[in-house]
Amino acid sequence: MKLRLFKQERCCPRMGPGCLSAGLPVVCLFVVMCQTTIMAVEYDGGVVIGADSRTTTGAYIANRVTDKLTRIHNKIYCCRSGSAADTQAIAEIVAYQLGFHSIELDEPPLVETAANLFRASCYRYREELTAGILVAGWDKRKGGQVYSVPIGGMLVRQPVSVGGSGSTYIYGFMDANYKPGMNKEQCMELTAAALSLAMERDGSSGGVVRLASISEEGVERRVILGNQLPKFSTH
Amino acid sequence: FFFFLIFEVFFGVFSFTINSAITINAVLEVEASKVGCSVPAARKTGTTICGVVFKDGVVLGADTRATEGMIVADKNCSKIHYISPNIYCCGAGTAADTEMTTQLISSNLELHSLSTGRLPRVATANRMLKQMLFRYQGYIGAALVLGGVDCNGPHLYSIYPHGSTDKLPYVTMGSGSLAAMAVFEDRYKPDMEEDAAKQLVRDAIAAGIFNDLGSGSNIDLCVITKSKVNYIRPHDEANKKGVRTGDYKYKRGTTGVLTKAVTPIDLELLEESVQTMDTS
Repeated sequence: MKLRLFKQERCCPRMGPGCLSAGLPVVCLFVVMCQTTIMAVEYDGGVVIGADSRTTTGAYIANRVTDKLTRIHNKIYCCRSGSAADTQAIAEIVAYQLGFHSIELDEPPLVETAANLFRASCYRYREELTAGILVAGWDKRKGGQVYSVPIGGMLVRQPVSVGGSGSTYIYGFMDANYKPGMNKEQCMELTAAALSLAMERDGSSGGVVRLASISEEGVERRVILGNQLPKFSTH
Repeated sequence: FFFFLIFEVFFGVFSFTINSAITINAVLEVEASKVGCSVPAARKTGTTICGVVFKDGVVLGADTRATEGMIVADKNCSKIHYISPNIYCCGAGTAADTEMTTQLISSNLELHSLSTGRLPRVATANRMLKQMLFRYQGYIGAALVLGGVDCNGPHLYSIYPHGSTDKLPYVTMGSGSLAAMAVFEDRYKPDMEEDAAKQLVRDAIAAGIFNDLGSGSNIDLCVITKSKVNYIRPHDEANKKGVRTGDYKYKRGTTGVLTKAVTPIDLELLEESVQTMDTS
């Protein structure tokens, strides 16, 4: 039996239960994806970032408690979506580069620097990679910042940004409910609500909601379990 | 920046080596079919492998069947590989890939451990494995469950062929992973005792063996704690070959002998030559 190997996100045709019933022991290699819903919001004094916790290989959930909020530096985090291997590798490389740069500078690095390092890798290897990343953090110069580096390697700073496969379901919610000048708690509630709605509708998103807020004081992390998520549906 | 260049070189080198490997394999396949034989299929371990973190350490488990297509190539192969005295790794996927990958990282980790003068950490082994697998972009079909105990406590990682890793309290891999995960999701509790953990892993592997065609034979366990490693092979012979109750051989005398004629054959020695071996 040929071992099917696919390096791009175009997964091999879902063999699924049909193949198993034919009596074939299947070792089919799907790419491990964090299809995801991720979100980042700026507020005056910091940022709030959030993500779901589901990693899939095809239709199987490989990890239902993934932490997609990855630490790049003390006060700079990134939200990962796309291929799990690609985003983990890029995040580790950028964390190394940024750590080195920070030691050279002898001061905390800028969020813009981190975002540019992500952009450099994602744009140069755009043909080989499937990575959609939100870089968010706090620095002394510009305070809380959110930078979006989607697939293809563009870099743009936005006050609020969503990403991943589940983001398509909450653009409307974001446009209606985001107002500039919210404080930290309001941002947390908005993020939790948006992620819950996306997780409800998107099959590739689910599990728990992981939130983090980054400000001058430091990083505060929260987990909202499935049964504690805000409920919107009445039917 | 040095690292950035390495990343660049990785991709450059990757396209060169992988392309040449692919073309060589393609050429071999064509040549072989011309002569009339076929290229041997990659032997895969259909497999159920799993690991669980318990109070004092980790328990790793694996079945022992290796398949070549629909045929069982090895009824009792060892899928739990040694990485370092405190770290072991189960491998699913292409058997050669898991074997070679774990041996390479084990060797590098020993050198690293001699350089640092410390017992290696599971996170180090994880980094080495994921960076190598990512470099080969998934063409090395090795899905691994890495577990061990180091100065920071017990750790368990699952590593996928494309190079992504997850750090979890319980993991399963291989074609029987869904069956094993069902057992784990039902009965896992944090901070179990060693015997409960061993029983849980044994049951998870058994679920894979009996419900997945690609897994079978016996159950191997490896219990790693701070003080010792217990490599139990086999822990459970779940599929012992039965003993025949009868025999088709007939005893001498069952058939009556009527006549017997013995003819010795005389052989005449014609020529004898001695050739001394050159021993110096």
